[in-house]
Amino acid sequence: MAEFALPKHSKIVKGIDYPINSQAKNTKKINVYRWSPDDDENPRIDSYTIDLDHCGPMVLDALIKIKQEIDSSLTFRRSCREGICGSCSMNIDGTNTLACLKSIDEVKGDINIYPLPHMEVIKDLVPDLSKAYEQLTSVKPWLQSKSDPEKGKSRKQSPKEREKIDGLWECVLCFSCSTSCPSYWWNGDKYLGPAVLLQAYRWIADSRDENTEQRLEELEDSFKLYRCHTIMNCTKTCPKGLNPAKAIGEIKKLQLERR
Amino acid sequence: MQSKSHGVVHWKLQRISAVAMIPLIIWFVSSLVFSLINGYDQSINWLQSPLNATGMVLLFGTLYFHAASGLQVVIEDYVHNEGLKIMSLILIKLLSVLLGVLSILCVLKIYL
Repeated sequence: MAEFALPKHSKIVKGIDYPINSQAKNTKKINVYRWSPDDDENPRIDSYTIDLDHCGPMVLDALIKIKQEIDSSLTFRRSCREGICGSCSMNIDGTNTLACLKSIDEVKGDINIYPLPHMEVIKDLVPDLSKAYEQLTSVKPWLQSKSDPEKGKSRKQSPKEREKIDGLWECVLCFSCSTSCPSYWWNGDKYLGPAVLLQAYRWIADSRDENTEQRLEELEDSFKLYRCHTIMNCTKTCPKGLNPAKAIGEIKKLQLERR
Repeated sequence: MQSKSHGVVHWKLQRISAVAMIPLIIWFVSSLVFSLINGYDQSINWLQSPLNATGMVLLFGTLYFHAASGLQVVIEDYVHNEGLKIMSLILIKLLSVLLGVLSILCVLKIYL
């Protein structure tokens, strides 16, 4: 059955409180999920109070500040700090998003930070995405074509054809959407999830790709595709403002047309 | 249960039956309000009209089909024990056929 309660060993306990020592006036409390594979402890919530007058505007800035000044053991992924690499996806204030695109001001009260929901945790805010990457590989997210382009030239695409992949190519594969989807929580082993389905549609919609039929054939499966019940959490949470639910809807439409 | 063609066919039939039920339910509820609250004899009379009997047979058929395919999705979503899953899927199919046939026979008994 689907699990509705956390296993005993995953129950979250109260952790360490790091109060602020200085006379700072503009402070914010940040509660962060901590878990380490190295000891046998349950996950805990550590609280860090930071001085916002000496901190960048984004949640990622706050995390980096904590790591540099308060607790160097805090572990999270980050790279570009401008919403392009998709590394710092996590659950902030109850919503999956990129820490680098979420401003501290947006959150009223304390900021609660957890790893992406319903994924195995490697450490602290770092989820294990290897299964999701495997699923991404399974849809062959690259151009497949039997014909070669004209020698020395790139493949031609009209502006109209190019428009069809707008809203798709921008995806940075942070998996905020997939990990916000209840269907993916319950059936993530078989259902591909919104992030991967959006990628699949990105290549289906690309006029230069010649393997559309094969791609659709492989997605025509009650679990891979049809576990989407249009819950729309994916679209609501996407930090890049994309619409994976629409992409999935387009795939379903094409499946109907094939029959 | 997870055959390749099951995906799109199941999805399509579920949606068609949902749309088909919109007029059927509106018709049935308005019949309830206008004809069927006027007592037993009136209701028997109502069901003896071929049009109404046809409507009721269609409604029951669509209703049980739609309910069964919806419950199938719920079970596929939440029941992860393979044996239990197959058992409950079969049970739901049998139960919906049983109830569907029973309901339709009841309509026919009054009509004929």
